[in-house]
Amino acid sequence: MEFAELIKTPRVDGVVLHRPFMPTVEGTLCLTGHHLILSSRQDNTEELWLLHSNIDSIEKRFLGSLGTIIVKCKDLRMIQLDIPGMEECLNIGSSIEALSTLDSVSLMYPYFYRPMFEVIEDGWNSFLPEDAFKDLEAMTDEWRLSEVNRDFRVCTTYPPLVAVPRDVDDDTLRKAAGFRHGGRFPVLSYYHKKNGMVMMRSGQPLTGTNGRRCKEDERLINATLRPGKRGYVIDTRTISVAQQAKARGGGFETEANYPQWRRIHKAIERSNVLQDSLVKLVEACNDQSHSMDRWLSKLEASNWQTHVKEILTTACLAAQCIDREGASVLVHGTEGTDSTLQVTSLAQIILDPACRTIQGFQGLVEREWLQAGHPFAQRCSMSAYSNSKPRHEAPGFLLFLDCVWQVLRQFPCSFQFTEQLLVLLFEHAYASQFGTFLGNSAAERVRLSLPEKTVSLWSWVNRPQEIDHLSNPLYEPNSLVIWPSVAPQSLLLWEGVFLRWNRSPRCQEEAHEEMVHIIEYNKELQNKVNSLRRQLAQLETQEPPLQTP
Amino acid sequence: MEHIRTPKVEQVRLLQRRAGQRKPLLGTLYLSATHTIFVENHPETRRETWVLHSMVSGLERPPGGPTGSQLVLRCKDFRVFHLLFPLERDCVEVHASLTRLSRPESYSELYCLSINPNTNQEEREKSWSLVLPSQDYQRMGLPNNLWVATAANSEYKMCDSYPAQLFVSRWASPAVLMGSSRFRSRGRLPVLSYFHQDTLAAVCRCSQPLSGFSGRSEEDEQMVTAVMKANPGSDFIYVVDTRPRLNAMANRAAGKGYESEDHYGNIKLHFSGIDNIHVMRSSQQRILDVGEQRTPSMSDFLLGLENSGWLKHIKAVLDAGVFIAKAIADEGVSVLVHCSDGWDRTAQACSVASVLLEPYYRTMKGLMVLIEKDWVSFGHKFSHRYGHLDGDPREVSPVLDQFLEVLWQLAQQFPCAFQFNERFLLDLRTLAYSCQDGTFLGNSEKERRSLRLQERSFSVWSRLWRDREKYWNPLYRAEQSQTQGVLRPNTTPYCFKSQKSFTDWLRLCSPPGCGRVCIARLRRPPPRPRRPSWSSSWPINKAYNTQRHAPSI
Repeated sequence: MEFAELIKTPRVDGVVLHRPFMPTVEGTLCLTGHHLILSSRQDNTEELWLLHSNIDSIEKRFLGSLGTIIVKCKDLRMIQLDIPGMEECLNIGSSIEALSTLDSVSLMYPYFYRPMFEVIEDGWNSFLPEDAFKDLEAMTDEWRLSEVNRDFRVCTTYPPLVAVPRDVDDDTLRKAAGFRHGGRFPVLSYYHKKNGMVMMRSGQPLTGTNGRRCKEDERLINATLRPGKRGYVIDTRTISVAQQAKARGGGFETEANYPQWRRIHKAIERSNVLQDSLVKLVEACNDQSHSMDRWLSKLEASNWQTHVKEILTTACLAAQCIDREGASVLVHGTEGTDSTLQVTSLAQIILDPACRTIQGFQGLVEREWLQAGHPFAQRCSMSAYSNSKPRHEAPGFLLFLDCVWQVLRQFPCSFQFTEQLLVLLFEHAYASQFGTFLGNSAAERVRLSLPEKTVSLWSWVNRPQEIDHLSNPLYEPNSLVIWPSVAPQSLLLWEGVFLRWNRSPRCQEEAHEEMVHIIEYNKELQNKVNSLRRQLAQLETQEPPLQTP
Repeated sequence: MEHIRTPKVEQVRLLQRRAGQRKPLLGTLYLSATHTIFVENHPETRRETWVLHSMVSGLERPPGGPTGSQLVLRCKDFRVFHLLFPLERDCVEVHASLTRLSRPESYSELYCLSINPNTNQEEREKSWSLVLPSQDYQRMGLPNNLWVATAANSEYKMCDSYPAQLFVSRWASPAVLMGSSRFRSRGRLPVLSYFHQDTLAAVCRCSQPLSGFSGRSEEDEQMVTAVMKANPGSDFIYVVDTRPRLNAMANRAAGKGYESEDHYGNIKLHFSGIDNIHVMRSSQQRILDVGEQRTPSMSDFLLGLENSGWLKHIKAVLDAGVFIAKAIADEGVSVLVHCSDGWDRTAQACSVASVLLEPYYRTMKGLMVLIEKDWVSFGHKFSHRYGHLDGDPREVSPVLDQFLEVLWQLAQQFPCAFQFNERFLLDLRTLAYSCQDGTFLGNSEKERRSLRLQERSFSVWSRLWRDREKYWNPLYRAEQSQTQGVLRPNTTPYCFKSQKSFTDWLRLCSPPGCGRVCIARLRRPPPRPRRPSWSSSWPINKAYNTQRHAPSI
């Protein structure tokens, strides 16, 4: 096996492991092709199994012949390994570095992982576009499922099936695709049952500097408007960024060519800026020596909370156009694979109660992120501790999860899932034994034969015991649109991710248990009341009332 | 009543913008001897808004427009009411009346003394016996062979801002007490605040010594030694000066200062760096200004928060408490706490330490007793700090606010450790400012006694105790591990909830946090799903669409 060459020292004894909030463990360190394992070989001490792909970077230190490796993980955890022997330490270090940065996808752990649990429902088939379309068909006949992208030729980042207006034929779609960045012609993202308004997403129009236009593109999006109604184009970029894009062949919908559409520009930042924010934020969270002033100014300087606010604000605006103004919306930025998806998916969280269930949220992630072509492999290949210069890395998906957490925190009873599901998705997007987040698009996933060769994350999540673990005890279906507050004081730092390894979770867990306990006790009492009522009703019908003498 | 020129004005519009209200209510405004009352015209709702005169902190008359004259009413609980009068004359009259009514010149004008105390004499007497510092000393097992009661101050002759009942070290003779008292600012000699039964260590409090650069007092040094002797487990005590070191040094020039480790052989000095009341007052003002911004960006908000220094001060108060609690519980060393006069920062530090050390103070009754003892009886100047009478505005400062916020921050870290909820803390704060009951009136026990408050008013504690159902924290369990023993909070800056602070300034200018919804659900059977009440009124248009570069929708 190829891995053997990379593992210079497969085993070291007498290694001491330090982890946040856990007792130190002394034991044997083993390196396998995919894992770093530390075991005390005693029954009751927990073992460490760490995926190499979860390792963001390492730091080596030496004190005499005692080496120390600090392993910094993509889930923001830091662990320390004290390794006796300088040579062993160096060998382990270089092996970890090599194994955690393997280039070939086919060497990734999901290809080797065999589930230890019974797959009840294959997650690869849980959220198929044709199934989602059936729900849409039940509500309206204005849309059809097009196979124009069957072989991924029209758009490499779209799935084979997309929903488009019924009256627009595939030829028009092909021509519109030629006019949109990456071939991402406008497709349906969300249908608002309440008033029939829709949200679409696409790439930027390729108007260029001389104002190219495309009749088919205009026809395509106009076909979604009701007679006499206007729509909104939400461009996630500022007007100046959009103007600059013209020089590179991109652009935006001009009033002259799209008279039925009003354009609104927002200011959601892009890749490098976001990655930089993440690095700064995590750095601030890990420095315990701060004074209050320094902490607040570093939090401010990281700009992370600004991004959260901007994304959430834009999503609320899209939702507001649809629900309050009764208008259809087209959302795009440049490529239409990052900020666009943040906005369309969050708007659905706000508008559609179905997206706030455990299954519905998975469906949303599948539809609006995986199928919609968010390049997970590129964006999540490095996290906050990486030393290498970022190329395509950006925490766009993490920001989306953060925004969902903000809404969840403001509406603690309206979500079927807890924060745990969001944390779980964050972890698995960056490193996983499942194949779900591998690859950059539907086309790549087919090419990599992921459904055949790997297990889906959804297969694991959708088992009763896991669902149970992720369920929100306070949940009570809320069929309404939920409008989150985007005022700065309403948006908090997501402790569950950013302070997760810095403070003990014990007290919060106790509080959660207590809450679950109270709710169960309430239910129990309610049941008792109901059964007593029934009993009483029965007694009343059976026996005639006693005659008083 | 002689101050009310216009008792009733019709067709007044009232807008409370911070509460998310967008359209003004039309109604009638009434001025009574104690309240401003607004009754909505709407025949179905007839919503009423009552504002106690003592809750008014400011009145402004911005230039009027064509629709009428405006009056802005600012309250001590940070509510802001905009009133619009059709006639300027009415506005001027109401402004003049309220200006006078909101700044009473004597205690007898206050609401708590305007009621007839004898309608329910039995209840009144009961209300005053609900919470007594003596119960707490008893609970601590005092007097014992280390700490004894002294009658030295029974007539308030030794120190007029201390209570009559004091506990001092058994090793301190009356002569030492008198001598020590003379050497301390305003006679506030070292006395017991909290006795820790497990370690036998004690928290004592006093004011700064009148040492200047080299002054010393044999009796005071003996007094400090007596405090040390009362703890058999250690051969020194900590003296915690809660002020910043520089401030303490500056005081030496005025003949005051702090204990020299050379003169007091058995002490270790520690400075906590809590700023004075003037710094705190302006810090609160600055944070209020942050809340006043119309559509602040995240940066505006975070920088405003940082510049206000508010959380830095909250952390300083908690850190002081943590230092004392650690000394008592972990080292078993007694602590003597003081600041300048020993009635603001000292009260904060001692009571925070007590809450950390003693589970009893985390119950409703316990917190009441603690405030009655450490704040009310030890002469925290409630009437000055919370502006009960028209007086020096520089005496006003949010000292109790900070203590309550520290408790709120602790409750965030230990959600099951406190018997009471956030509402309790908020109402406690409001009651300290509004002075609706006799408990918080005046500046010392002596003053309260001479005003015969127990005969003329009710105690605040019976009011809170009566409503205890409302203040219950459903997650509280006496037997839970985090409830018991010493609380050990994490005081790294990121552990302070920076964005939604306990103090009302943010609560009132942002939609009510839904954390509360959560708690409410635990108490009642779940109601029908409903839209949170603010969602329809929250100005989404403005909030979501604050773009600058494109035509707005």
